[in-house]
Amino acid sequence: MTSTLEPEVGRARLRKEDARLITGRTRWTDNFTLPGLVHLAVLRSTEAHAKIVSIDTSAAKEMPGVLAVYTADDLDPEGSIGMPCAWPITPDMASPRRPVLAQGEVNFAGEGVAVVVARSAAEAEDALASIDVEYEDLPVVLGLENALAEGAPLVHEDLGTNRNAVWKFDSGEAGSGGDVEQAIAEAEVVVKRRFRQQRLVPAFMEPRSCVVDPTAAQLTMWSATQVPHILKTMAALTLGIPEHKLRVIAPDVGGGFGGKIAVLPEEIMALLVARKLGKPVKWTESRSETMVAAHHGRDQIQDLTIAARRDGTVTGLKVELLADMGAYLGLVGPGVPILGAFMFNAIYKIPAYHFACTNVFTNTTLTDAYRGAGRPEATFGIERMMDELAAELGMDPMELREKNWIKHDEFPYTTVSTLTYDSGNYEAATERAMQLFDYEGLRREQRERRERGDTVQLGIGISTFTEMCGLAPSRVLGSLDYGAGGWEHAAIRMLPTGKVEVVTGSSAHGQGHETAWSQIVADQLGVPFDDVEVLHGDTQSSHKGLDTYGSRSLAVGGIAVVKAAEKVIAKAKPLAAHMMECAEDDLEFANGRFTVRGTDKSTGIQDVAFAAFMAHDLPEGMEPSLDSEAVYDPENFSFPHGTHLCAAEVDTETGRVHLRSYVCVDDVGAVVNPLIVEGQIHGGLAQGIAQALYEEAVFDEFGTLTSGTFADYLLPSAADLPSFTTDRTETRSTTNPLGVKGVGEAGTIASTPAVVNAVVDAVRHLGVDDIEMPLTPMRVWQAIRTGRSAAGGPGAEAGGGLGSIDSTQGGAR
Amino acid sequence: MRSDEPMGGFADDALVPADGEHGAEAFMPTRRTVLVSAGAAAAVTVAAGKGAGGAAWASAAGDTRVRTVGAGESVEVALSVNGQRRTVTVEPRVTLLDALRERLGLTGTKKGCDRGECGACTVLVGGERIKSCLTLAVMRQGAEVTTVEGLASGDELHPVQEAFIRHDAFQCGGCTPGQIMSAVACIDEGHTGSDAEIREWMSGNLCRCAAYQNIVAAVQDAADAGKKVRR
Repeated sequence: MTSTLEPEVGRARLRKEDARLITGRTRWTDNFTLPGLVHLAVLRSTEAHAKIVSIDTSAAKEMPGVLAVYTADDLDPEGSIGMPCAWPITPDMASPRRPVLAQGEVNFAGEGVAVVVARSAAEAEDALASIDVEYEDLPVVLGLENALAEGAPLVHEDLGTNRNAVWKFDSGEAGSGGDVEQAIAEAEVVVKRRFRQQRLVPAFMEPRSCVVDPTAAQLTMWSATQVPHILKTMAALTLGIPEHKLRVIAPDVGGGFGGKIAVLPEEIMALLVARKLGKPVKWTESRSETMVAAHHGRDQIQDLTIAARRDGTVTGLKVELLADMGAYLGLVGPGVPILGAFMFNAIYKIPAYHFACTNVFTNTTLTDAYRGAGRPEATFGIERMMDELAAELGMDPMELREKNWIKHDEFPYTTVSTLTYDSGNYEAATERAMQLFDYEGLRREQRERRERGDTVQLGIGISTFTEMCGLAPSRVLGSLDYGAGGWEHAAIRMLPTGKVEVVTGSSAHGQGHETAWSQIVADQLGVPFDDVEVLHGDTQSSHKGLDTYGSRSLAVGGIAVVKAAEKVIAKAKPLAAHMMECAEDDLEFANGRFTVRGTDKSTGIQDVAFAAFMAHDLPEGMEPSLDSEAVYDPENFSFPHGTHLCAAEVDTETGRVHLRSYVCVDDVGAVVNPLIVEGQIHGGLAQGIAQALYEEAVFDEFGTLTSGTFADYLLPSAADLPSFTTDRTETRSTTNPLGVKGVGEAGTIASTPAVVNAVVDAVRHLGVDDIEMPLTPMRVWQAIRTGRSAAGGPGAEAGGGLGSIDSTQGGAR
Repeated sequence: MRSDEPMGGFADDALVPADGEHGAEAFMPTRRTVLVSAGAAAAVTVAAGKGAGGAAWASAAGDTRVRTVGAGESVEVALSVNGQRRTVTVEPRVTLLDALRERLGLTGTKKGCDRGECGACTVLVGGERIKSCLTLAVMRQGAEVTTVEGLASGDELHPVQEAFIRHDAFQCGGCTPGQIMSAVACIDEGHTGSDAEIREWMSGNLCRCAAYQNIVAAVQDAADAGKKVRR
């Protein structure tokens, strides 16, 4: 009996991945060793902007165990290698060459200057101290507005500008809405705010690492990456390696959160060195290197103007962004703020919309995708503005939102930014959240605390968010000048014994694909969950894929699996009919069995797979295989949504924020595994809350990252977070057969404004209408004492810790 | 900040000797206190006698068996790892973490930050949890070390491992070996009286996937199960 009667999809299956992760059998890249393996260590620039006068590597070369020391001139004498950027957002985008190692000039503190190859990692590390680099200081460009100021020094002299690109969308010009300037001019109420999205560090637990084996038949690279397929193609293009001579493997990867969507100079360096020496090489970074050299996230200044009528009807939204790219362009860095362009209008019916983003170079670590990528920034902007508008109008902030949001019977709904939301029910999610939260009760308590002048004030923060995920329809990506499509690949191999191998192009790094994909296939083919093995992350077995980011795995990769399964069944059907001597049309397939309609005659798909393997008696012309593959290109994004409510207590004497309760009701469409969904929500919430309260990458006036350790850069611990109350409503996506929407980024996108709105709400009656993130006790206290203007100003600190002692300026400005 | 130090230079082998006797207690609640490294030690003093145990560091000065080992020289360290007697020959500057991962092939223990801030490298030494990146292998001469590989007996998982699976208390698994070891000790120490107490006493182990809510539930569950067994 091979049928599974109870559907797998929807079950809270414990994860297949757990057994190896829980017993220490995790296969991290750094765990791998090969015969003759040598180790790389990278000397990193201490200067943020300087000419390299000379590099003396002679002493380092004499150090014990050292095989070689290379600079850019050794690895790339022509200076022709540039790290790829796959998203030229405008045709005239200013794009500097990002070398493998700094060549002639360093542009951020942490940029690689030289690489040591030694027999052990410790010897390689030791030799770094013997390399003598002479720098000639150049003016350090820091802060978005400074960089754009008239006569500002340039990060890249040859580009002639610090402006990377300007990208605009205007609903009037696009014909999707009105003219925002007119809306503002005619508005009864206009609210303007400037918000700062501080710089964040993805801070995955597993530092980046790669191993290259040039002695294998194919040049083989193991890498702690989210994007093995993209890495393979990009590395081949970057170095001119024939693509079929390169194999990339992402083994177990210890988290990514967007931080491992990259093609690293160190990966290219490892390929170059391995080929030069003919030996396998390993590079594993230290945490210090992760902090300064792995790409950062966020870092925007948002100038927002919202126009409305007195009754609360929003009539226009104008968004002007400055986005810090850092010193170079990452793989998708320039496009990250653009992902927000379609989301500022969020769940609201806004008749006129204008978005403009200016990307800027500074002498800092480059920025690129970090969980949510562009959409948390947008959601923060609009959800903060809704609260500010509500305060201006004297309206309840939920009432204001409800007045403007798309009603459940208005879907599908085409927004002012031209996206078509397929489904949603904001009323249902909100109603459930309000019940769980006890909104009225908390409002009552808030009033009481205000009336009696309690030193601890209570605030309520709302975030009713949506996001576009399931990146992405290829034609849309094409229209945005993205350098690839957005499809995903899956293959199903029906093994002779009836077991099933599923190959997926989605490469997981903690999300539980092996479990979820097994559930999907078990349902589709009617085979037991345990009979399915999921293969991913190795370009030799999974030759085709576009990898994992943008909450796309399930909504794109999962659907590819469904499509491949449909093909398996279609291939099996003629053989099943042949086996049972009936017409194909007489067969129906359910629970893993082909049954002759109206009879009890049936055969299981696993038996059909065996018959195909034997191939002794096949229908005329049938190839002896049920194996199938599919490439799925989504027709639309998916649009999860939810209502998040946060109650924050603020100690007005110390500025300390205590999250009293956090309720979220998310609608991520159909759910394959509620256990995994819950985990993703928890993790997302934590990262969004951490942006609101704890984390900030701070550079001093010399461009040195002063929050470069976990003692300074405050990842939340168990003690820093509340328990979350989570629930779901389920409005299925209408654009894919599973009805799924994606969940990886939802919590992060929604939670940041919920927390900040709650804190501001707690102290608004004290004259505060904004506090810059992270809302450290000092910033909150200052805001209470001095009002908005001083909040987060000079003296803004990184939340305490080592580096902030040296930080006199504070803030990535 | 201006420094002539290469930025990569304070990575591997940056040594911050842990308080050998009270490692866990000393670090758990003080994650955000400053952990300053003086840089790689040029020479350290070690107890020459086998089986001197973790206390040797503290009492070394008064111990006649003490000898000084120079940079580049190696020392033989005998450890009991997961119940097996193992000997490694390491430079004095090699951390217990590197000895486990690179010399003994026990890669279950993870290196997340190499300076005691993340807890991924937590192991048990003499039944107490310590961050193995903050202790030198030579300081643990003769010690009994338990790593995540040594918790299960055969195919039978440790109750804490089972509870972590049951409660989905991890995602990428990067911090998990450290969380598990820390949880075993946390339960052993009796710091499981409430969710808040567990959160506080597990706060030395960071989880970027932020599975904390489920970790707390798993620790509570395993602690409760343990109590039932003892009754």
